[in-house]
This record gives sequence, C-alpha cells and structure tokens, in this order.
Amino acid sequence: MIRDDNRMKLGLTIGDYPLAEKRPDLVVSARNKSLADLTLEAVEQGAASLEDFRITPRALRLQAEIAEAAGRPTLGRNFERAAELVDVPQETILQIYELLRPGRAKSKIELLDAARLLREQYGAGTMAGFVEQAAEVYERRGLFTYRF
Amino acid sequence: MSEPKQQSANRWRRFADWDERPLRLDRFAVEDPQNGFAAFKGAKDPAPGLAIENGRVTRMDGVAAADFDMIDVFIAEHHLDLDLAPKAMAMPSTEIARMLVDFNIPRTELTRLAHGLTPAKLAEVVAQLSSIEIAYAFSKMRARKTPGNQAHVTNAKDDPLQLAADAATAVAFGFDEIETTMRVARNAWANALACSVGAAVGRWGTLFQCASEEAEELQIGMAGFTSYAETVSVYGTEKAFMDGDDTPWSKAFLAAAYASRGIKMRCTSGAASELLMGFHESKSLLYLEARCLCLQRAMGVQGTQNGGIDGAPLASTMPGGVRELMAENLIAVWLDLECATGNDARHSESEIRVGAKILPLLIAGSDLICSGFGSILKYDNSFNPSSFNGEEMEDFLVLQRDFEADGGLKSIGESEALALRRRAVDALSAVLADLELSQPSAAMKASVVVASGSNDTESYLPRDVSLISEEIKRRGINVLDVIRALARQGYREEAENLLNVVRLRVSGDYLQTSSVIRNGSVLSAVNDANDYAGPGTGYRLSDQRRRELVSIRDVLDREEVLRTEATYARDEERRIRYRVLGGAEPGQPKNEVVIGLSPAFGLKLYRSLAGHPLSALLRELVGGITAKGGQPRIVRMRHTADTSFLGLSAARLAGSGIGIGLQAKGTAVIHQADRLPHHNLELFSNAPITKLAHYRQLGENAAIYAKGEMPEPVVVPTEGEAMGARFHAQVALIYAIETSLAVDGAQPEEIEVDFLEDRP
Repeated sequence: MIRDDNRMKLGLTIGDYPLAEKRPDLVVSARNKSLADLTLEAVEQGAASLEDFRITPRALRLQAEIAEAAGRPTLGRNFERAAELVDVPQETILQIYELLRPGRAKSKIELLDAARLLREQYGAGTMAGFVEQAAEVYERRGLFTYRF
Repeated sequence: MSEPKQQSANRWRRFADWDERPLRLDRFAVEDPQNGFAAFKGAKDPAPGLAIENGRVTRMDGVAAADFDMIDVFIAEHHLDLDLAPKAMAMPSTEIARMLVDFNIPRTELTRLAHGLTPAKLAEVVAQLSSIEIAYAFSKMRARKTPGNQAHVTNAKDDPLQLAADAATAVAFGFDEIETTMRVARNAWANALACSVGAAVGRWGTLFQCASEEAEELQIGMAGFTSYAETVSVYGTEKAFMDGDDTPWSKAFLAAAYASRGIKMRCTSGAASELLMGFHESKSLLYLEARCLCLQRAMGVQGTQNGGIDGAPLASTMPGGVRELMAENLIAVWLDLECATGNDARHSESEIRVGAKILPLLIAGSDLICSGFGSILKYDNSFNPSSFNGEEMEDFLVLQRDFEADGGLKSIGESEALALRRRAVDALSAVLADLELSQPSAAMKASVVVASGSNDTESYLPRDVSLISEEIKRRGINVLDVIRALARQGYREEAENLLNVVRLRVSGDYLQTSSVIRNGSVLSAVNDANDYAGPGTGYRLSDQRRRELVSIRDVLDREEVLRTEATYARDEERRIRYRVLGGAEPGQPKNEVVIGLSPAFGLKLYRSLAGHPLSALLRELVGGITAKGGQPRIVRMRHTADTSFLGLSAARLAGSGIGIGLQAKGTAVIHQADRLPHHNLELFSNAPITKLAHYRQLGENAAIYAKGEMPEPVVVPTEGEAMGARFHAQVALIYAIETSLAVDGAQPEEIEVDFLEDRP
C-alpha cells in the first residue's frame, strides 16, 4: 500500500507560510477535501471524517521544505521521516517504538527486520535507514543483552 | 529583664528568626563536582574539540569515535554540520560569547554557527556570560518574537467538570497551551475530553496536551483530543537515558511518529535529571544539558521544555544553579529550538527566590515562560506545585504590569470568570449526557462553577471518573463525536472552536518551531521570527496589549477617592459642624494650643487613612489638650497643606507657642513657634496605624509642652507594614485634593467646632 505521493519539491519559501492562509491550494485532506470543505456542517452530516483531519505525507513534505528554508534542516528531516510514517498503522508504530527501547530487541536481526518492513511495506526508506543505524549502534553499545 | 524561655543566651536571636523563614525549608548543597554537584564546572567536563577525517567525526569533546556512546553518535551524525564545524569550533569561546550579546550580530548568524558547535563548546561559550548577559542574550536569541505562556489544568479528584471550568478560565487568562495529567492513570481519556471542551469556551486556539503513558498519549492524540505533547524526555548520559527506558533512536522515532499524526511535539530535558537518576559521570549540569539540547536538535524536534524542569529544585541547591537554568535555556534558543522555559516545579519555598527566578525570563520574553504555570491551586496541581499557581496568579499579572513585560497573560473580570466557568460546565455536562457517559446533577455543577479548588466541590470522585474514562476509551469516542455532541446540544460556538483546533492538523503549520495560535492564525518562529537588533526592535508591546497588561483589578483613581469621601461626608454632617469665624489672629493665653487643620479637612475629605472620622480625631485632640490644662483653639490653614508648616503656623498663632498640625489623612505633628519647619517636637507620620488613643495622647502632650514641661513622646508602634505600598496611591490623590485648595498667602481662618453627638 505504498502511496504515490508527489514528492517533487515546490521550492517553497517562508513567504508561503502558513500554508493554510498563504497556499490553501496546497492543503488538501487525505480524502481530497480542501480546508474550506472541512466545516462543522460537513462533520455533522458525516461528509468529513477523522480521516480528513489527519495530516498527509504531502503536507509534511511541504512543511519540511519550509523548515529547510527557515534554516532548520534537522526539523525538515524529521518531517520527512514523519511523512513516511503517516500510513504506517498505529500498532506497527508502537511495535517499532517498543523494539527501539533498550533491551527489547534481543539481537540486531529484529531491528533489521523492522527496518525492512518499513522500507518494503511502507516505502519508508529514510526511516528504515534510521532504524538500521540504531541497530549498528545498539550492537556496539551492548543493548541487545537481557534487561530484567 | 528575664530571658525568654527556649532561647539560648549564647546565640544571636536573629538566627532563630531566620530559622522560621520559609527560605530555611529549602536545603542547600555544597559544591562537589566529583559527585555531580556542579552547575558549570564538572570534575570530568571535557574540553571542547572536534576532529573530522574524510567527512566523518573521529573525535568529539575528548572522546574518540570508537568510544562514542549513543548520545555522542547521534549528535555527531545528526546535529553537527561538518562543513561549518571546523571554522565554528576554531572561534574563541569569548568571541562567540560577545557575539551572543552584540545586537549587531543577527540571531540567524548565531543559530547557523551553532550547527557547527559541539556540546562542550556551547557550554563553554555560555559559561562566559553573567546572569544579566545570559538574560539579554536569551531575549535576542529566542525563536518567536511574541512571548507566550502555558498552564497546568489538573485537580485532585480528576473531576472533569472542574477541568472544563478551569480550562476555560485558563484560556481567558491568555495561556497559549494547557497541559493536564491525572491522579489516576486510567482517567486520561476523561481528562482529555473535559479539557478539550473547556478550552473551546470563549475563544479558540489554545493548544492542549494530556501527559500520560507514551502509547496512550499518542492514542489520545490520534483520537483528536490533544494537539501537542511534551513528555518526550531525553538525558545527557547514556545510562540515565537507558534508565529512562529509551534511547536517542527510540525518542527520535517517537518524534517522527508525533509529527506523522499532525501533533505538535517538544522534548523535555533539564539540569540535574542525570544527577537525580544517579548517572552524572561527574559532569556539570550545563555540559550534560548541552548534550541533551544538541540531541534534541539532532532529532529534529521543533522545541524543548527546558530549564531544570523536575530537576530545577535540585539544581537550585547548588551555587550558581539558578544561573545555570538560565544558561541552558539560552543554549536551547541558540540551537533554534522553541523553549518552554521551565518555572514549573517550584524550586523554593521562598517567594523572593521564586520572584527572582522568573524575572529575567519575564523581561526577556519567552516562547512559553512557564511549562507550566499552575492555573489551579497548589493542592490541585497533579504535577506538583509550580513556581506560580492559582494562588499567585495576581502576583504574576502585577509583575507584568510593573515591568511592562509580556508574560502572555491578562486579567479577567469576576463576572466574566463566572460566566465562562458556567458555560464550560454546562457544555461538558451536555456532552457527557449526549454521549450517555454521565448525568451530572445541578448541585455538582453549581459547586464547581464557584469553586476555587477541588476542596470546595461536591462533584465527581476519581472512581466515578474512571468509569467515564474507560467508557470513552472502550467505545472509541473521538473528538468529532464530541464536536457533534456539542453542536447537537446547542453549543455551536464551542463545536466550531474545537473543530478549528483539530483542523490545524491538516496543514501542519503548527508543527513549525514555536507555534502558537493567536487570533485564529498560527504564529511561529517562521512568520513571527524574533528580529531583535537593539533598542526599538524585536518584541514591543502594542497599545492594545499594553492596555491588557495594565488593566489589573481594583485600581484607584481620583474619582474613586472623591466618590468614597462623598459617602463619608453624609456621616460627618451628623457628627460635627465647622463654622468660620473670620481671620485667625495670634492668641494670648499662655496655655493656648492651636490645632491647625489642612485646607480640605472636613470640607472635601472626611476620614483619616486609618478610617477614623475626622470629627473623632478632633475630639480626641481637643479632649487631650483640655485634660492636661490646655486651652484648645482650632484654625484652618489655607496657605499650606504640608504637615510641618501646618504645625509651625499653628504654633505661631498659639499663646503658648505650641501648635498641632493635622492633615485630613490623619498625619499629625506637634510644633513649637521658634523651631525650624522640619524640626518638630513630635510627629505621627504613620497615619494608617494611628489609633484614636494616640491622638488623645498627642493632645495631652501638646498641653504639657505648653506648660514648658517635657512629656514622654507618643510612639505609634509599627510592625513593619509597607505603608507606602498600601497607602501612597491614596495619599497622593488625597494630598492633591488638599493642595488644590491651598492659596499662596491666604490667611488662616478661625473655626468654631460643634460636636453634634455631645448635644443632649
């Protein structure tokens, strides 16, 4: 279920921020609704669901561009990693988080498997690389030992 | 004199007085760098340093790459900009420190420079600055221009009705964020629902978080109730981090997870957490905190809750500890992070230490000066008491006014507060009923609306709340269900307000650094960047904001004084009649004592500052003079309102050469005709604490002086009251009324006084 997002950069500047006000054309919900469609009436009638109020990978990538333009590259990279996690189910997120905590994974393999899952099933290549880095460091620092 | 019991004869009793001060409840610790008790200079703090080979860090702050712990690796990989680092690290720390306080060096140049600095270097630089320089640099370096504040909204019963009411009042006070937590963990869902409804009353835009267990907090966020999180803690040593059951990677993963759910997030770190956890590595508070902060920037979080936080009380036991808390806040904003600057866990029982700690940040401005401010009473704060709490709210509001400094808050009126609380309680009750969660009674609601704290309420208890909370969770009720319920029950405005907060997620604008919502728009370090570049630049109060800051409750003005005096006038008419007999001439009798009244005495002003009717003052003086064989005469001075000159002029008219000057506010003096104006015989300068008996004695003493004898001077005992603070605004207004009636060279008038109460 890899979503084919438009990952092309738009060259946004801080002048495009806040997007909701300056570039409402770029702000579209997961079910393709504009902000103007997300009204109380739409919620009452069931035309807008919680899904419509979730952030999209695209919005996160646009915010990454703005963060970068504002001189905050690490914040931008976090938004890019986040964009990859939007479609990862909550249970999987919590499982991988748990696995990254000290002593949860009993070997490097478990983390590498999680990285593969992220990369192959969710197209989360950057996040996968991040987990692989953790696996390397955890091994060197002896985190794969049993903790009571 | 006998020795009071239980007082050692061999001890200066002042020490016993000091023992009783709240300050002495604070315990202080000796500086001991080896054992982690050092604010700035740890026993094992490394010298700053960085070696790069082939585009890889090979050594950082004295540690070879092969020996890097997880924190080192993460900082070297994700924080340091290796293109910038060699040049940045080569700059002398003193030079960089000077740049921090030089308003000609733009903030952006310094934040960029920080991308190339190691933790030890950052710590070394800010350690060069004095407290005032740290505060000044902070005001220049903080990310968002407009200051803000955060509140705690909790209570000892986890009572949702009170949470809703208190959330609504916190919103009205102007808090940008409110944070709740629970006494009983399973009540998280009820807390979240209640606060989100309460925060939607009155206006929209206050962000809300529910501090709970990591996974549950994320779930509550997913259900749309909360809009930010700040409980993602990081630590400066690897062992402390692991003891906190996390790693830099697990926390960074969580940071991305929050952003992926459209939830604003900041980390938490603060001095002395490693020391509290027993893994300080003999390093200083500041160095370990510099590591935490570099790590947070490396993780790509937008901000930090920083400045001791739970470790603030421990940090404050050390020499320089409070300065260190400011220094770590400075590193945070230098690293371009939103900074919620602590001032939550109360670091002292001394109100002076608390006030002193907040001041530098208040005048410097801060993204969120407290994280948070206890908007509820101390005993209701489920996080622990904050520096400022519901009890001290007005002190904070006055500090803002004193310094014309924006701490993010404003006053609210009594009727406004009551209306908001009632609305919030009604709205939440309607939601609970609509969703078939509970039916609060009218008595419960009524008790909460007027309650200052949960001791005053007859409402839900923690067990009742657990049933509601578990039902919310079990049925998967989300924020849209609540919004629909509000709308169905006629709370459309609140439904719209709550929906507006949920809608923020779609664009993600509020995920950028230092975001708050003001007037329906996101304000962040991107579109409201701190552009301080010297006097006249950066954040300044707008006229409207200044009006909000100065509008505290219960202030005096001239009309108020005149109105109050007018009510006393009617009472005085029944007690005394003054009749002008014509110009006053010097008297002959050797026992004559003249009482010189001030110009407005009994004409425009009718009560002394102590609240005595002026007629009573005169009766006592006249009675006292007569009792000791004196002959009183009353004269109104029209040329002066000054006590000394009233007394001296009266003395010059008196046959005995002894006169009493008496102002309407009650200040009185005994004077002698041949003395210098300000060299009187006796003076009652503390009118507010002067009793009628003192005036009686003053009259007696004047008559004794008239006989040429020397009485025991009357001493009005004071307990050290700050008279100026209590009375000087009133004094100045009253005195202006007196002086407005004074005419240069006007002759004193002979007055006949008739005490009407003495008539049969």
